Parts: sequence; C-alpha cells; structure tokens
Amino acid sequence: MTRWVRRFSRTERMLHWVNATGFLLLLATGLVLYLPRLSVLVGRRPLVKDVHFWGGVGWISALALVALLGDRRGLLRTAKDLERLTPSRFNVGQKVNALLSAAFALLFLASGLLLWFGERDTRFRFASTVLLHDGLLYASLVLLAGHLYLAVIHPATRHSLRGMTTGKVSEEWARRHYPDWFG
Amino acid sequence: MNRSVHSTEEQGMTDSQPRRYGRGLFLATVAGGLSSLVWGRTVWSRASVALSPAEQLVPFVPTSGWRIYTVSGSMPTFDPATWRLHVGGLVENELDLDYAKLRALPRASQVSDFHCVTGWTVRNVRWTGVRLADVFAQARPTQQAHALQLTSAEVPYVDYVTMKQALLHDVMLAYEMDGKPLAREHGAPVRLVIPEMYGYKNVKWLSRIDLVSEAESGYWENLGYDRDAWVGHSNGY
Repeated sequence: MTRWVRRFSRTERMLHWVNATGFLLLLATGLVLYLPRLSVLVGRRPLVKDVHFWGGVGWISALALVALLGDRRGLLRTAKDLERLTPSRFNVGQKVNALLSAAFALLFLASGLLLWFGERDTRFRFASTVLLHDGLLYASLVLLAGHLYLAVIHPATRHSLRGMTTGKVSEEWARRHYPDWFG
Repeated sequence: MNRSVHSTEEQGMTDSQPRRYGRGLFLATVAGGLSSLVWGRTVWSRASVALSPAEQLVPFVPTSGWRIYTVSGSMPTFDPATWRLHVGGLVENELDLDYAKLRALPRASQVSDFHCVTGWTVRNVRWTGVRLADVFAQARPTQQAHALQLTSAEVPYVDYVTMKQALLHDVMLAYEMDGKPLAREHGAPVRLVIPEMYGYKNVKWLSRIDLVSEAESGYWENLGYDRDAWVGHSNGY
C-alpha cells in the first residue's frame, strides 16, 4: 500500500500551472510573431500581437494575484528556501530552474513592455531590447526542455509530476529523491 | 572568511546557514539582463564577427535574422496574371507595369545591410531589381515632382521618399532577394530597398508609385517615427 506525502501546496501548484499556461500561450503567439514561416501561415499579425501583449500582462498579473490571494506565508518560506543553493525540499537543479524562470519572467516583462512602449515613444526604444527578448526565449526553451524531460519522460524522476498535479508524492519516492527533506 | 556551504552537520534554521547563492543567482540574472539593454547589441555583433568569418550568426537562427512585420490582418498575395505596378501622379507618361515588363527593365544587383528600427540587422542581403532612374526614364516625372508616394498592397501602408533619396546609388525596386524571387513575406513581387534608411521606409508589396510635389508622413511617421529614417541618425538613435 502506497503511503503519500504532501509535496506542493495548493498555492504552489496554482502558481506553477498559471505560469505554465501563460508561458505556453506567450510561446505560441511569440513564435507566430517571430518565425517568418509561421507569420506567413497564420497572418493576422495585429491580432496575434495584441494577444501576445495582453497575454503577457495577464500572465504576470495572474501570478501576482495567486501569490497575493494564496498562502503568502508558505510562498515566502519556499522563496527563502530557494535562496540557498543546497538540497532541501528541492534539489539544486530545481532551485536553479525556479530562480532562473522567475528572473526570466521579470526580464520578459521588462523587455516586452519596452518593445510595446518603444513602438509608441522613442524614449523607450533601445537597440538591444529585441535581442534581450529573443535571448530570453532561447534560454527559456533550454530550461523548458530540461524541465519537461525530467518531469514527463525520465522514468526515475517523472513521478514528480504527480506532486504538481495532485500535490502528493509517494513517501518511498520522496525518501529516495529528497533525503534532506523527507529523510 | 569562507563559510562552508556544504556542511555535513545539520543545517536547520540556524545562524550557520549557507550563503544565499540562490538569491545571488536571481539578482545577477535580472541585473545582467537589464544591463544588456546597454551592452547587448555591441557584444552580439562582436560575437558574430568572432565566431563566424562570414560575419553572421544568422545561419544558426531559424529566422535567418529576419522578422516579418505587417500592419494589417492579412499578407498580400501575388498573382502574376493580374498584378500591376502603377507609376503615376506628376509624370508625363503613366505606367502600368506587369511583372514581365518590370523584369524587362534594366537589371541591377547589390549587396547591402538591412536595418530595422527595432534594433535587428540582416547583413549582406543580395538584392536584384530596378533602379528608380530607369523607371523615371520611362515615366518622365514633371518639374513639380519632388517626392514619391509608395503605396503597399497591404492597406493602409504607405510611405514617402524624396526624389533625392530615391536616386541614391543603392536604392532600388527589388524583385529578387538572395538569388530568388522575392518571397511573399518580404513583399512579393517587389519592394523598395533603401539601405541607408530603416526598414519601415523599405515598403513591401508595392502596388503604386505616385510622384508628388512633397513628401508627407507615411504609416509609421503618423505614429511618431521620423520621415527621414537614416540608419543611426534618426528615431532617437
């Protein structure tokens, strides 16, 4: 009989899935704007652009909303845990992934807003904004590929997906993978 | 000074906590990203040159460096049977060039860089097309004609260049790019190429050229961009 242990709080899971949904929406619309072949195929650039921009604003706002309305104290504890790159409830790779994802989200937001306002006012226009936004895309894709591989494909680690969907993982698995957390 | 990060002892919530490298990583990434707004482009161009003698990293990028900007809901399609380029306005001889007639005009080729006002650049683009002087030789602009109104099949895109700008040595109506007929996303069948100005002056999907007495504001100029879009010397650069 499997014994379960709680791995992620409801707020954490919500934050994760809101983040994932927003990211994928922005990735899809962003690629249509970015890749010439897709641009031709889809057309309707002004519409895709609006969905991308307002999707981005919605993404960050939704994340902020979940954090504000959810278990703030719990999130703060998690954030404090992430500050130190030692194995705990998360291993070091997961911490690096989470920290970079958060930093990238902020940078995506900043460069995206600059692109949007730069189109309207030269004071917000920098020659490197588009490079930063693109660079973030490529860096994020690397993170996403690794994350998806470990969470969905790799047999030894994919049990962790359960933690992010149901909130619980098996005790035996937790003990094996996170001795510093569930020893 | 050096506190051990990986102590074998218990690391509870005590004073001997390891350093906050995670926080450092987060802050350094944000700071690095934001500061790249200042150094990003310079470093990227230097890296491009260093890594590839052909002076570009673009072969490694799925877009070949191009981004396709359109302002309307659909991209114009080119039908050789019905397509015409109308040259009119202040001319003695109005022209309606079909695709074959356009290509029958004296052929010119050049290699030039393409700069977008948003910051990206595609180097060494090979263009083939027609010099405006050869179009004017047939249309014969009148004395009053001092500018060109360039109308795109992509409604409502329009822009203007002065006669002087249109006759710069590297300005052309391009119908080939990198050895192939101009692709749809690049403005098929013909676009203006004016390398010394930002991309928005390089009107795609040209359908009309009207000679007018003076340049006015085009699509982007009405949204605050400069009429004289000199690369490196306009639009806040």
